[in-house]
Amino acid sequence: MAKITYITSDAKVHEIEVQNGLTVMEGAVQNDIPGIDADCGGGMACATCHVYVQDDWYDKLSAKEDGEEDMLDMAFEPKKNSRLSCQLIVSDDLDGLVVNIPSKQS
Amino acid sequence: MIETDALIIGAGPTGLFTAHQIKLIGLDCEIVDNLDKVGGQCIELYPDKPIYDIPAVPECTGEELTKNLINQLKPFDIKFHLGERVEEVKKDDVNWIVKTNNGKIFSTPNVIIAGGVGSFEPRKFPVKECEKFENKSVFYSVKDKKIFEGKTVAIFGGGDSALDWAVELSKNSKVNLIHRREEFRGAQATVDKVHLLAKEGKINLFTKYQMISVKGNGQLESIDIKNDHDEKKNIKADYALGFFGLIMQLGPIANWGLNLDKKTIEVDTEKFETNQKGIYAVGDICTYPGKLKLILSGFHEGALAARACFKLARPDEKYRFEFTTTSTSLLKRLGKKE
Repeated sequence: MAKITYITSDAKVHEIEVQNGLTVMEGAVQNDIPGIDADCGGGMACATCHVYVQDDWYDKLSAKEDGEEDMLDMAFEPKKNSRLSCQLIVSDDLDGLVVNIPSKQS
Repeated sequence: MIETDALIIGAGPTGLFTAHQIKLIGLDCEIVDNLDKVGGQCIELYPDKPIYDIPAVPECTGEELTKNLINQLKPFDIKFHLGERVEEVKKDDVNWIVKTNNGKIFSTPNVIIAGGVGSFEPRKFPVKECEKFENKSVFYSVKDKKIFEGKTVAIFGGGDSALDWAVELSKNSKVNLIHRREEFRGAQATVDKVHLLAKEGKINLFTKYQMISVKGNGQLESIDIKNDHDEKKNIKADYALGFFGLIMQLGPIANWGLNLDKKTIEVDTEKFETNQKGIYAVGDICTYPGKLKLILSGFHEGALAARACFKLARPDEKYRFEFTTTSTSLLKRLGKKE
């Protein structure tokens, strides 16, 4: 279990306890947090679960797999701290993670 | 007006197999898809990625699966309407009247929506002012490359489309290629070619830059770009081309009076019918308790929806369930028996 904080583009803060093994994307979708579309369902094929990871967390996350960076090329306003939330698997280590959701996914 | 027993919206794996089932039980059908090719997400999103959970097919790619499904449709004569988007679905006295963006009109008792996550549309520039220039000096595909001759073109993106057009247009235009990082994800040969042309001064390369604004009066004049270190540049451009792949949008489906749950359509699990009689939804776009977004589920849903179509298309006949191994009429339709 990890507490994940999702901040939507209107600055609303959603603190959610997400089960280990789920992805950060699934944590958002299952709790109806707006702004994460996840059109492809977690297949790293659409870049609509794009989030900005807060800087102090970015280096602590697992490295991007091949293909994630390629998909991020397609994302809406990608930045240095961009990740696809379907590729972030929740574990105790992620307790306290804060992600910002972009204003749009496409 | 085209009359048919069933109109299928979407030519992905579910739409293709649904067509197979409809033809097998002796009905006619036609298929409309917004993409210019058959295969849906399989061909657009993961043509090279192996799939491991198609029953009796231990491993196949999205492209192979599509090819096999097309092969399976060979005995049947099915009309495809590709590169067309269904805009409107309305009921007349008896049938559904379906209109596409190209002005085609269908009349049918059965509409099967096998639309995946919606229709594929080009991903656009995040900068809102680009809309003002769209289809005049901002484009997301190239229809007529002659308009770029002797002009300055800014190409955005790092995949094959962006690179191929940068190479091609550099012959007769001044090309700026802008990409958000150093690495390109196109074919290595094309990436090498782009770097060579950049060295020769035929392509201006701006890596780690993204668009922040566009300027111009009616016609595009220049584009502001910025890198990760907040360094800004203004580049002159007569045209901007964006190649950021495709995005799926539910689009007009939202306006057809169907019960939706987020971006999916609610159906029953007997006929896969929506709240509108004669409109069905199958594959990734439908939802019901326990729904799995698997290709195999789409096949099952299509098979049942096809049987439901029979009742509305042939109200005076009785549908009889038959096996392809033994039924003479099915084998005739499959071209295996005279």
